Amino acid sequence: MSEWFTLLISTLDATLRVSTPLLFAGLAGLYSERAGVVDIGLEGKMLVGAFAAAAIAHLTGVVWLGLIAAIIVSVLFSLLHGFASITHRGNQVVSGVAINILASGLTMVLGLAWFHQGGSTPSLTNNERFTAIQLPFAESMQTVPYIGPLYSDMLSGHNILVYLAFALVPLTWWVFYRTRFGLRLRAVGENPKAVDTAGISVATLRYQAVIIAGVLCGFAGAYLSTAQNAQFIRDMTAGQGFMALAALIFANWRPWPVLFACLLFGFLDAVAVRLQGVSLPHIGTVPVQLIESLPYILTVILLAGFLGKSRPPKADGIPYVKER
Amino acid sequence: MKPATAQRWANLLILPTLNILTAFVVTTLVFLAIGVNPIDAAKLLVKGAFGYQNGIGYTLYYTTNFIFTGLAVAIAFHAGLFNIGGEGQAYIGGLGVGLVVLAFDGWLPAIILIPLAILAAALMGAAWAAIPAYLQAYRGSHIVITTIMFNFLASSLMVYLLVNVLGEKGQMSPETRSFAESSFLPTWSEMLGWFGIPFASSPLNISFLFALFCCFAVWVFLWKTRWGYELRTVGANPDAAIYAGINPKHIVMMAMLISGGLAGLVAVNELLGVQHRLLLGFNAGYGFGGIAVALMGRNHPVGIVLAALLFGALYQGGAELSFDMPNVTRDLVVVIQGLIILFSGALESMYRPQIQRFLSRFVKDEVSA
Repeated sequence: MSEWFTLLISTLDATLRVSTPLLFAGLAGLYSERAGVVDIGLEGKMLVGAFAAAAIAHLTGVVWLGLIAAIIVSVLFSLLHGFASITHRGNQVVSGVAINILASGLTMVLGLAWFHQGGSTPSLTNNERFTAIQLPFAESMQTVPYIGPLYSDMLSGHNILVYLAFALVPLTWWVFYRTRFGLRLRAVGENPKAVDTAGISVATLRYQAVIIAGVLCGFAGAYLSTAQNAQFIRDMTAGQGFMALAALIFANWRPWPVLFACLLFGFLDAVAVRLQGVSLPHIGTVPVQLIESLPYILTVILLAGFLGKSRPPKADGIPYVKER
Repeated sequence: MKPATAQRWANLLILPTLNILTAFVVTTLVFLAIGVNPIDAAKLLVKGAFGYQNGIGYTLYYTTNFIFTGLAVAIAFHAGLFNIGGEGQAYIGGLGVGLVVLAFDGWLPAIILIPLAILAAALMGAAWAAIPAYLQAYRGSHIVITTIMFNFLASSLMVYLLVNVLGEKGQMSPETRSFAESSFLPTWSEMLGWFGIPFASSPLNISFLFALFCCFAVWVFLWKTRWGYELRTVGANPDAAIYAGINPKHIVMMAMLISGGLAGLVAVNELLGVQHRLLLGFNAGYGFGGIAVALMGRNHPVGIVLAALLFGALYQGGAELSFDMPNVTRDLVVVIQGLIILFSGALESMYRPQIQRFLSRFVKDEVSA
């Protein structure tokens, strides 16, 4: 088998791993924004989730408790966002910025005070994190040409959260387009007045959406600190929440395209890591920073209307005021 | 008191005060959560920030940065725009300073070099804001998202340039060679020394006065010029502005160019005043801090100076605090910034219903009496 194929498999394998947190966060943003609540705070919620997961997994030795803690803390921040932007009709962008800054500060301050490791949490042992699971027949398939490595090396051997993230895409599609809740959720993001006229509470629906976003960001955070890594490190989200936001915009706020955008951005990241210091034939060294910034450049170009029309939910970011 | 006057006072004084108080109450809870006595911490903070000349120097040096970014955010707010890109604009402003000084510091005298570098900082900061501004005004893309993206782009660009192009070879950290002395801004200890007044050496330099001048200039611009009036009109009511013959697209461009330029001036204080070379991350946190400063200062230059002074004091006092209390890091300031943005920004009207109820009772009594 050619060297290129092996390289491709390992790059795609890495793509799945780095796409996972983007996917969780991107879907989180999808629920929130399709319901009309702008979510700049994905980054912050991931960060507090990552901190809570690593801290609780370390203290209890049970990774699942870490995951639950991540979800709870992330949902609390979501509720704060909901309180500001739904109940008090505050500026949703300002609220999101506040959540990001608050999350960054709180995790550093509490991390240092509680664990005395410069803001990191202690390293987790393998029992305290999500580890790789082998899909059935992964070993026996290994020898089959092409399909074998594709299955055994790329698709198999990830932790459970990776599979969960990808399973959430069809689930989200089904919720959005095949359930009553999904219909109402989309309606409240496009035309909240119509929903209100139908006797359905706009606030309740938006709170539900925001809570779902919190749960998903909790998964994203737990993945970062207890699956992809084995501890919490200060500011470890490093912009992935914003990358997820970019993916959401790039996908025009639809579930399947969110998957493709996250995979594309994840792939670019995986490629950037592999191209570090490598000189390509005919091209020379490609600056890693350029590849890393491609998601942002692409998103800006798309937003500028040069790559098709960006069409956010109509009521996205607009607080709902009942007529008096 | 007339109801309208009472309402005005509530908006101007009571609500903002309550919001800031709430932020500080939550801050004390954070202190308690990390096992620190808030009163002891506050004493140490104040002493570290204002207790001695060197501390005051540092406080005002940090204040300078916060004034620039606070003004940047505020002027965009007045036009109804939320510029989250101060971080990146300051960074690229630094690129402007670096390029000018590295190119000319061998032969231009200070009197030409320094103004040129300041101009470059403002122009490059403005240029970095111009693209999101153009996309907002003419292509309808949301400025919040584009300025966020441009922060990341600025960061990648600077890493690339410092590592591969501008950085001095054989350095451990990616940074340029030191600037020549002709680019150094005079520090306060030097300036006061000219008058025979001794002042402890600190990073505080003439940029602080420049920042205060910018506050005055922004005030004149916003409230005493036609352009400022048009800018505020667009921010208050874009439809009315169009009806009055103002082109909101031009105003968006103007507001963002000024905003980016002001953010770029952070580089003047940091690079010409203190670091004397271009390095990674000199801008860290000031762009976002500016949001808290602008919200807390109610987007008014005087309020911004006061809020910037508070955050400057917290930065310096927080550094001092972390020396004395091993459990505390200066990142506590970040928490306070977040809380201020939350309570003075997003939850700005949280207490309004209660205040309104209280006021209506109070004012009614007045009328019946």
